[in-house]
Amino acid sequence: MALASVLQSESVDFSNYGRQRRGFASGLTETELGLESVGGDSLSFALRTSCSNGDGPDRKIEFLHGTTTLAFKFQHGVIVAVDSRATAGSYIASQTVKKVIEINPYLLGTMAGGAADCSFWERLLARQCRVYELRNKERISVAAASKLLANMVYQYKGMGLSMGTMVCGWDKTGPGLYYVDSEGNRVCGDLFAVGSGSMYAYGIVDSGLKQKDLTVEEACDLGRRAIYQATYRDAYSGGQVNLYHVHSEGWTRVSQSDVLMLHQQYQAEKA
Amino acid sequence: MGWIEILDRAEVVTDKHHIRGSTGGGEIRRAPNLVPLRITCLPNDQDKMFKLSDKILLLCVGEAGDTVQFAEYIQKNIQLYKMRNGYELSPKAAANFTRKNLADYLRSRTPYHVNLLLAGFDETDGPGLYYMDHLSALAKAPFAAHGYGAYLTLSILDRYYRPDLTRDEAVDLLKKCIEELNKRFILNLPSFSVRLIDKEGIHDLEKLMPVGAK
Repeated sequence: MALASVLQSESVDFSNYGRQRRGFASGLTETELGLESVGGDSLSFALRTSCSNGDGPDRKIEFLHGTTTLAFKFQHGVIVAVDSRATAGSYIASQTVKKVIEINPYLLGTMAGGAADCSFWERLLARQCRVYELRNKERISVAAASKLLANMVYQYKGMGLSMGTMVCGWDKTGPGLYYVDSEGNRVCGDLFAVGSGSMYAYGIVDSGLKQKDLTVEEACDLGRRAIYQATYRDAYSGGQVNLYHVHSEGWTRVSQSDVLMLHQQYQAEKA
Repeated sequence: MGWIEILDRAEVVTDKHHIRGSTGGGEIRRAPNLVPLRITCLPNDQDKMFKLSDKILLLCVGEAGDTVQFAEYIQKNIQLYKMRNGYELSPKAAANFTRKNLADYLRSRTPYHVNLLLAGFDETDGPGLYYMDHLSALAKAPFAAHGYGAYLTLSILDRYYRPDLTRDEAVDLLKKCIEELNKRFILNLPSFSVRLIDKEGIHDLEKLMPVGAK
């Protein structure tokens, strides 16, 4: 991103007790894209010390939140929808950020948290996936790809990486969706929303997915709507909705819709 | 010989609950199906129970990432032992091996912040339950629990546990514990997976879902 580092996070505490797991590296000069937390000053990303023997107060790193990304499985694959706003404090640094990383033609990764962390590690993952393909003469499964990513970032646990990503793809077992974050979580599921606007998105998708069978069109609309509603309520999400559909042949970029256009469209529909 | 264990762990951010019980010739374990993330939860079927061998289960809770990494590490090493030596480690040996690993890493730069319950059935010794915590304490116990839920459930176990419970009685005891959690525990734990270990091996029992809040 060709954006100047606007804000340095003032509340970062650097401490190295000589224990790698408790040291927090800086790397926070870039604009952040938000981690899984609802916006608000009371929220901070408290990285927990492994052995809480009471030495030192809880170290907090303030992440500059601001994103909504979501992905859900349905009958015909996986829908991935993200916003495109990057904020640095209360300043909107960009409205056109690409928060979906195309790992390879059948795997996608979403970006939440530190932009550099996400894009770097997912690029590294792309490399590992390619090596796997060359060695084994078959495509890597989504489970294996997400495990590779989780293991890679686990090495750096406690050192200040910030990454909350969803690995989405299609492999021989069908659609695959995993949530992987820099804390070490790796979870398989049917629906995930990550970022400051995730709560709002959950509301829409949870209620929309109640009817089991969705067509591709309906699922895309649901994803788009969920991100729109999140951007409506969350100050740190906005810009455009980028929508992808992962199916048996790989992924397809479905649409890019400006949130303000969507707003007018939905308002008109209501009337 | 009967053993009942309840294992649950609640931290401020994460909360996982495991319940384990063993009854005369077997052990029953239970773990809730929930991955907490800040203030939302991701309901899923991620298993917190790791199968170390045909008759040994490891329940692992604690710091995100550490749990899976440590448990899988132990799991693979137990299997390696079997491959190298031709026979499996007994539950007691496996528990001590696990504890030793935890202890070795405790004063390193990367300690594992995990709490464990290891349950297994030995041909000669019968069922055995081993309680381990993140400071690598090890204790053999008839029943056990980890976390905030332990405060609610241990007394129930103390009161109603007998070494000669039948399988159904043991499951009922676990149900009592779950009802109590459902009633008094601040977090909503929608479902629990239960496993039983006996001389035939590990069996999946029916998932328990607490009925709506009282």
